[in-house]
Amino acid sequence: MIKKYLLYAFLSVTSVITLIPFIWMLGASFMFDGKASVFPPIFLPDPFTIIQYKILFERLNVWTNFFNSLILSTMVTVLYITFTSMAGYAFAKYRFKGKKFLFNLLLSSMIIPSQVTMLPLFLLLKSMGFINTYMAIIIPGLANIFGIFLIRQYCISIPDSLIEAARMDGATDFQIYRKVILPLAVPILVTLAIFSFLGTWNDFLWPLIALTDDSMYTLPVALANLMLEHTKDPELMMAGSVVTVIPVIIAFLALQKYYIKGIMMGSVKE
Amino acid sequence: MKIKNNINAAYFFLAPALSAIFIFFFIPVIAAFIMSFTDFDIYALGDLSTVRFIGINNYLKLFDDPLFYTALQNTFYFVIMAGPLSIAVSLGAALLLNSKLVKYKAIFRLSYFIPVVTTLVAVAIVWRFIYHPKFGIINYILSLVGIAPIDWLGDTATAMPAIVLMSVWKSFGYNMIIFIAGLQNIPEDLYEAASIEGATGWQKFRSITLPMLAPTTIFISLITMIGYFQFFAEPYIMTQGGPLNSTLSIVQYMYQEGFKWWNMGYSASIAFVFFFIILLGTIIQLKIQKSTE
Repeated sequence: MIKKYLLYAFLSVTSVITLIPFIWMLGASFMFDGKASVFPPIFLPDPFTIIQYKILFERLNVWTNFFNSLILSTMVTVLYITFTSMAGYAFAKYRFKGKKFLFNLLLSSMIIPSQVTMLPLFLLLKSMGFINTYMAIIIPGLANIFGIFLIRQYCISIPDSLIEAARMDGATDFQIYRKVILPLAVPILVTLAIFSFLGTWNDFLWPLIALTDDSMYTLPVALANLMLEHTKDPELMMAGSVVTVIPVIIAFLALQKYYIKGIMMGSVKE
Repeated sequence: MKIKNNINAAYFFLAPALSAIFIFFFIPVIAAFIMSFTDFDIYALGDLSTVRFIGINNYLKLFDDPLFYTALQNTFYFVIMAGPLSIAVSLGAALLLNSKLVKYKAIFRLSYFIPVVTTLVAVAIVWRFIYHPKFGIINYILSLVGIAPIDWLGDTATAMPAIVLMSVWKSFGYNMIIFIAGLQNIPEDLYEAASIEGATGWQKFRSITLPMLAPTTIFISLITMIGYFQFFAEPYIMTQGGPLNSTLSIVQYMYQEGFKWWNMGYSASIAFVFFFIILLGTIIQLKIQKSTE
């Protein structure tokens, strides 16, 4: 019995400790200038104000960055799901020459860290006129090997008889993919969608390189930039952090079942 | 597979993703490799004809570059400190949450997990203030037990440990989830049999849980190592690599050389050494995995 209460006490205390940075962030974001720079630190704003958010949105135009992040994350996710689901399905259910070789080549190149590609990718996109445009973020996010792999694993478990039956009914290959495979693959597609959305939203290094104007920045890049000018304004910076993390926390809470499943699936690859 | 095969359809489905991967991933990898043997710099950005092949000079220069060694050392220090710590914390959290005594697991799991999904840049900014020498929460807690304020991010001795602590906080929830899955795969009757023979909790942990979790642990070590090796935003936001380059990471050095000074040939050689180290680490871990099977 005592053991049980100790366990609960320990779990509760460590949970609160884990969440303290967020609690302080939220509290400080509703304080007037200078109120968060006190000793001992306080968590509850007194008086409460939304002036930091006003400064952020009205004077610093963070709306633009918010929309950049939202539009880019959405567009990347839609295209990514389309591209990877088609390729994953083909690897699962078609036979063609060089399939095994191609698939193994893709699998083994998962080890290459994306940072290796960044210099030539920058030059390539620059020569295409895409640096500092949405395309610079969308293009490298169109497909990745991890997504193709997960979808292939999922599609393998779809019975061939379903595909055969649809073909007997006169469905074309594309109709089979669209009407039979996609509906059955919804769980894995949701998993990959949330990975892709959060990944694009949270990404920092590549947007920092590929976007060069304030008005094109995604939220993390805008926030990092703001930090350099406002090192002494914790209240404003906390409001900026709240605006950046709230959407991902909401997206995660809404789809956490799929997210958690995705982590486990990613961890059982042979 | 009995499916009537339509090769054209297969190519139609594969073409978009594979062309994107070939053009915007494979070709850049090869190009980066070639670039690492050239003197590609800011002049080359304007006029490609100024690029010359210089053999392995970039790599030779790298091994003579004190800043590169600093970055390498910092990165290893970070991986070696944060990696095992993060794995230990994740395993501890997973064991507690897997206990049959605990109800409302979902709530605890959620609070441990939230840092994983949040934006690294945003939480690094929050932690910058948490480490504030005068007003930060950490120094406040330490003051309660009579420890004088520490300038966490401003001191070469504490800047890296501070970043390690923040990174462990940020990511232990991810590995915790994988550990929980691993724990749930251990057959219950193993524990029952051990109980009948009078094994203590610690003995059961040592001789059942740990060995059964070995494949999971190796996998987690691998992804943790690879992930931490690429750390960039933490020092970029919290310390800008300072003080005195004590938190400069490999990726940050690569970024600075490539995109701040436009020494792209040199930066590409850093990228390949970085890749080579990750590859080596992976091979070693996979060897360990083979030998445990």
